[in-house]
Amino acid sequence: MDMTQAIILTIMTAATPLLLAAIGELVVERSGVLNLGVEGMMVMGAVCAFAIAQLTGSAGLGAIGGMLAGLLFSLLFGFLTLTLVANQVATGLALTILGLGLSGMIGEAFIGLPGLKLVAVPLPLLSDIPFLGRILFNQDPIFYTSILAVIGVNWFLFKSRAGLRLRAIGDSHTSAHALGVKVVRTRYLAVMFGGACAGLAGAHLSIVYTPQWVENMTAGRGWIALALVVFASWRPTRVLAGAYLFGAVSIGQLHAQALGLGIPSQLLSALPYLATIAVLVVISLNRRMTLINTPASLGKSFVPER
Amino acid sequence: MKKTLLLLAAATALAGIAAPAQAEGMDKVKACFVYVGPVGDFGWSYQHDQGRKYAEEKLGDKLETAYLESVPEGADSERAIERFARSGCNIIFTTSFGYMDPTNKVAKDFPDVKFEHATGYKTEHPNVSTYDSKFFQGRYVIGQIAAKMSETGMAGYIASFPIPEVVQGINSFMLGAQSINPDFKLKVVWVNTWFDPGKEADAAKALLDQGVDVLTQHTDSTAPMQVAAERGAHAFGQASDMIAFGPETQLTAIIDDWGPYYVERISAVLDGTWEQSRTWDGMAEGHVVMAPYTNMPDDVKAMAEETEAKITSGEFHPFTGPIMKQDGSEWLAEGAVAEDGELAGLNFYVKGIDDQLPQ
Repeated sequence: MDMTQAIILTIMTAATPLLLAAIGELVVERSGVLNLGVEGMMVMGAVCAFAIAQLTGSAGLGAIGGMLAGLLFSLLFGFLTLTLVANQVATGLALTILGLGLSGMIGEAFIGLPGLKLVAVPLPLLSDIPFLGRILFNQDPIFYTSILAVIGVNWFLFKSRAGLRLRAIGDSHTSAHALGVKVVRTRYLAVMFGGACAGLAGAHLSIVYTPQWVENMTAGRGWIALALVVFASWRPTRVLAGAYLFGAVSIGQLHAQALGLGIPSQLLSALPYLATIAVLVVISLNRRMTLINTPASLGKSFVPER
Repeated sequence: MKKTLLLLAAATALAGIAAPAQAEGMDKVKACFVYVGPVGDFGWSYQHDQGRKYAEEKLGDKLETAYLESVPEGADSERAIERFARSGCNIIFTTSFGYMDPTNKVAKDFPDVKFEHATGYKTEHPNVSTYDSKFFQGRYVIGQIAAKMSETGMAGYIASFPIPEVVQGINSFMLGAQSINPDFKLKVVWVNTWFDPGKEADAAKALLDQGVDVLTQHTDSTAPMQVAAERGAHAFGQASDMIAFGPETQLTAIIDDWGPYYVERISAVLDGTWEQSRTWDGMAEGHVVMAPYTNMPDDVKAMAEETEAKITSGEFHPFTGPIMKQDGSEWLAEGAVAEDGELAGLNFYVKGIDDQLPQ
C-alpha cells in the first residue's frame, strides 16, 4: 500500500460517520422534522455497538445493534415531537444530552477494554482493480452502506412517488394532509431512518474508526453532520461531497503539520470547517435552487385537524 | 453524574441558609472536582477520578466528594466552579490548565473555600494553590527508549495545546532521544484538543504514513495506541497504563498518580492546616510512575531503569546543560540545571525539533 492510498483510506474512514449521520438527518429534515439529537443517537449507537460486539463476540452483530439502538432512541424523539407535538428544537437538544449521559452509564463496564474491529470485506473481482480496488472495494460493510445510502436516498427522494410525498410533507404538511398523505406516519418513518443512520455512524466510530469505548467519543461529529445537511442545501450528492471534503481537509492538515510546513496549527485545525462552509456556500449560491430545496415546514409541529 | 447534579441542586438550594463554616479543623470535608474530559477517557480525567476514589477510600466517612466531567475550559468552567463553591464544597480541585483564570476569579469571591488548580501557575489569592507533576521526567526516559527502538530514527508526537506543560514534554522527550541518537528526528502534530479519539487516531495514522515508527502523545485517549498496534509500530501510554490496547505495542506508559496528593490536601483541610502551596512533584514523590517496560530488549530496559532511578534519586535532571534553543542560541550552559520557575513558563523548543511552535 503506497502513501497516497494510505491517505485516501484515512480520509474515507474520517468521512464515513459524518456522511452516514448526515444522509439520515437529510431525510428527516426533508420530511420537515428538525432532529438536533444526532449527536445523542450517534453516541448511543457507538456504545451499544461496542457492548453488543463485546458480549456476542461479533462485530457484525455490534454494527446491527448500534443501528437498532439509534433507531430506538430516535423513536423517543418521534413520540415526543410527532405524537405529543413537543417543540422539536428543545426535544432534539434534550435527546443529545440524554444520549451522552445514558451512553456513559451503559458504557461504564466497557471502559479500558480493547474492542473488536469490523473487518473489511473485499468484493470479488472489483477489489483486484489496481489502486482503486484497494480503496473502494476492500472496505468494511459500514462504508459500503454509507455509499449505498447516498445512492438510495437520492433515488428515493427524486425518483420515487413515496419520496415525492415525503418532500411534499416537508414543504407543506397542511397541504399534504389535505391531499390525504399520512403526515405523521411518514415523519415517523423518516425519523427512524435518521436514527438508524446515526446509530450506524456511531457504530462505525466504536468498531471501525477507533475500536474502543470512551465516553463522549463522538466528540461533536453529530453537530458537524447537522451543519453539513444545511450547507449542502438538503441535496444528497452535496452531503457526500461535503463529508469527503471535510474529511480530506481534516487529514490533509495533519499531514501538513507532520511535514513541518510551518503553517500555524490553530489555522490548520480550523481549515476543515472553513473550507467545507466556503465550498458548500459557493455551490448553493443559486438562490432559487436553494429555496426549492429548503423544506418549508422544517421544524414546524403538525397537529392534524380533527 | 446525575446523582452529582441532584446533590448540586439540593446543595445550591441550601447554600443560602447554611453558609460554609470554616473553623479550625473540621469533622467532615466536601471535596469537589472539575474534569475537562469524561471520567471514562482512560487517560487524564480518568486518573484524576482514580485519585478522587483513592481519597474517598482513605478518608472514609470524613470525606464527601462530587465531580463534574467534560467541563469546557474558559467561561463555562467559571460557572461550574462557582456552582461548586456555592454548593458548600470546602475544597475544589480544578484539573485542567484552561481553568486557571476562572479558578482565580471564583476564588476571590469565596475566600473560605480552598481552591487547587492543576498544571497552572497563577495563585492570585491566598486560598488558591497549584499542583502539578513533573511528567517531563518520564518524557525523558521514553525519549531515550524511542531513540533506541526506532528503526527510522524518527518519532511522532501528538500534541494538544502549546502550553508550557506540553512544551516541556516535547523538549524533554527530544533531549532524551538526542542523548542516544544526536540526529534523531521528531515530527509534531497539534490536534488542538485534549480528547477526540477519532482525531487522535487520524494524527497517528498521518504520522505513521510519514515514516515514524514510534508514537507518543499528549492527548487523553487510547486511540493512538490502537493505531500503532494495528500498524505494527511502537507507542507509549499516556496518563494511565494502556497496555490492554497494545499488548505488543506499548513500551511503557507515564502514569499520573494523584491519589496521595488529594489525600494530603484534603486531610490538611480536615486538620485546619491547609496553606497556599505550589506543588510540583515527580518520580521521587511517586506522582509520576512508569508502567512496566515491555516489548523491548533487555539492554534498553536496563538503560530506562537506570535513567528512571537517577531522576528519582535527584542525581540527574532532564534539563541539564548544555542545551541550545531551537534557533541555535544557548539556553543552559554546561552543567546548568533549569529552574522550576523557568520550566513552568517554557515557551520555546530545544534544538533539533523540526516544527514551529504555535504561539
